[in-house]
Amino acid sequence: MSAGKQKGSFVERHLHILFPLPAVTFVVVMMLFPVLYTFFLSFTNWNLTSGMPLTVVFLRSYQRIIQEPRFVAALGRTFSFTLMAVSVETVLGMIIALILNREFKGKGLAKLVMLLPLVSTPVAIGIVWNLFYDPTIGLANFVLTRLGLPRIAWVGSAKTVLPSLALVDIWQWTPMIALILLAGLASLSTEPYESARVDGASEWQIFWHVTLPMVMPTLLTAVILRSIDALKTFDIIYAMTGGGPGYSSETLNIMAFKYSFEYFRMGQASVILVFLFILVLLMSLVIMRLRKSLEL
Amino acid sequence: MKSKFVLLIMVLSVLAVGAQQKEIRVLLANHPYGDLLKAAIPEYEKATGVKVNVESLQESQLTTKLTTEFATRSSTVDVFMTRPLQEGKMFYKNGWYEPLTDYDFSDYPQNALDVAKFGNKPYLVPLVTEWEVLYYRIDLFRKAGIEVPTNFTELENAAKKLNTADIAGFASRGRGAAAVTQMSSFVYNFGGKYLDKGKAVFDSKEALDAIRYYGRMLNYYGPKGVTNMSWENIMPLFQAGKVAMWTDASVFYGQIVDPTKSQVPAENVGIANFPAGPKGNTPYIVVSWGMAVAKQSKNKALAMDFIKWATSRELAKRGMLANITMARSSVWKDPEVRAKVHPGLIATQEFAAKFGYPYDRPYMSAVGEARDLIGEVIIESINTAGTSANLEKLAREKVQAVNNLLEDTGEFGVF
Repeated sequence: MSAGKQKGSFVERHLHILFPLPAVTFVVVMMLFPVLYTFFLSFTNWNLTSGMPLTVVFLRSYQRIIQEPRFVAALGRTFSFTLMAVSVETVLGMIIALILNREFKGKGLAKLVMLLPLVSTPVAIGIVWNLFYDPTIGLANFVLTRLGLPRIAWVGSAKTVLPSLALVDIWQWTPMIALILLAGLASLSTEPYESARVDGASEWQIFWHVTLPMVMPTLLTAVILRSIDALKTFDIIYAMTGGGPGYSSETLNIMAFKYSFEYFRMGQASVILVFLFILVLLMSLVIMRLRKSLEL
Repeated sequence: MKSKFVLLIMVLSVLAVGAQQKEIRVLLANHPYGDLLKAAIPEYEKATGVKVNVESLQESQLTTKLTTEFATRSSTVDVFMTRPLQEGKMFYKNGWYEPLTDYDFSDYPQNALDVAKFGNKPYLVPLVTEWEVLYYRIDLFRKAGIEVPTNFTELENAAKKLNTADIAGFASRGRGAAAVTQMSSFVYNFGGKYLDKGKAVFDSKEALDAIRYYGRMLNYYGPKGVTNMSWENIMPLFQAGKVAMWTDASVFYGQIVDPTKSQVPAENVGIANFPAGPKGNTPYIVVSWGMAVAKQSKNKALAMDFIKWATSRELAKRGMLANITMARSSVWKDPEVRAKVHPGLIATQEFAAKFGYPYDRPYMSAVGEARDLIGEVIIESINTAGTSANLEKLAREKVQAVNNLLEDTGEFGVF
């Protein structure tokens, strides 16, 4: 029994360590270690196809990846995909949030329907959209031909694949931006609106000079979250095109996956992931700085 | 004291149960034979008392899982399904296969054993074979009044005749890396190869003729968006009646004549030998799946016993009766099998087994990357209907890149 008491006092004496310990252990084992290990691997030439043990080559893997035209193209594609998707999502999300911020019949149902894309499984979304996009038997081209428009190859052509994928992303993630903005709009005070109306401002002027500045911090938060996610998009692209046709929808994440699990160049795959990590970090820092400057 | 005693009893009883129950862990592919095995495993468990823990994965996920487990030396896998041409060399080089020295290989054809052996030792048991065939729509051919093509000239003429705004005259995989395997028979029949004596040679005149022909056929007569299509995209089109001819692996025959999956009645679906090219007819016939014991396995005796059962003649026969084209020779001669299996499948298998070539891709460790590189040339050819002035230069560059890969992995000039 006395042993139990001693244990109790040990626990009491070390509460400040013991309570956060599970969380700290989780972060170290599940988050910090993988990131650091990826950094370590990026300095090696670990390649499973050669059957050789890994050797540290310092920056040689970086040099090789930077000189790879495919990497530069993937980097550009990662940006253009993010830009296409997030810009449209922001505009559409804002419009939807403004509509939903008004009272109308069936508002609850509209909100519920909007949540559906968010809760769908990405791979299932990919499969369904692939059927939808199928140039021969797909619904998309059926609609186009009925409207007298020419058929499009959608994800089957290097020219249209990236916007087609961005469209899926927009379909899935616009509701998230709309919901965040809706929460932001609901929390705004009504006084500035009233005084603007008294001063005779038009609806557009009220939106531009009152609503937008007030909701800006929320908007930027939504954009940060969405941009980070869009930069890292993997599931939809992998399920729908695997980066193809050729490499025309290959983003950094897809390229890293191919380098690691199809080419088994673990060292070089880590280099790509380090770049992606830095990219996401920089992007977040820039937007956070922007947000701070707006708040001042 | 009492609680400690209870705890001790519990620990001991758990250990005792663990000691009594022999277990092995088996990784299978989402493949008809994997499904068949999964359904048959309870029989094995009942007969031997060994508990078999089965996991089924899609083929590329299977490779990823095995690679990750083996490379990190954390694997508890005992037996697994493996793709010899895709991962065999890499797995062997990393020492992940256990040699199977006391397995009886006498019932397997020589070309199947070629990919099972490294050095003098066998490392995997061939399970399933595949060869390239021509699937076609009997009704459309009858309506057009033409014969089933037996060579590339006839194939092109038939495609031209059968191609309409609604139906693609000809389909084959166009998605770069995935197309490499199905284009291989075209390359062989034009007299080319991907690799020869451990060097990349797909920039030869013969190989380029094949690549140009393949590109022209798919650009003119292929389904729209074909450069993003693998078999999983083409099969639904064939099943929806939107494709007149399709060259792909024999393994899909069962699914395109299955009335629950296809809108085309089975009597309208034909299967024929792959057409001959200017340099003869040597379509690929490959061991697409094999089975192996993991080197890291701690239950090798149990694993060996399991693999002998899982690749046994009885199960192979059951596979054949379920329309799975098995690698064992004897089951193809079994009268019960011959009575049940489609004669077209038997005839094309006999042809391919006699004349076919045992590789459908560059056989090398870095095959994944090599397929992407060759895929770039294929896509360029499809996009330009085989007319690209840049094709030779592109092929030369990619040959150099594949040779670099061979050098990196110590396989250049080794055969």
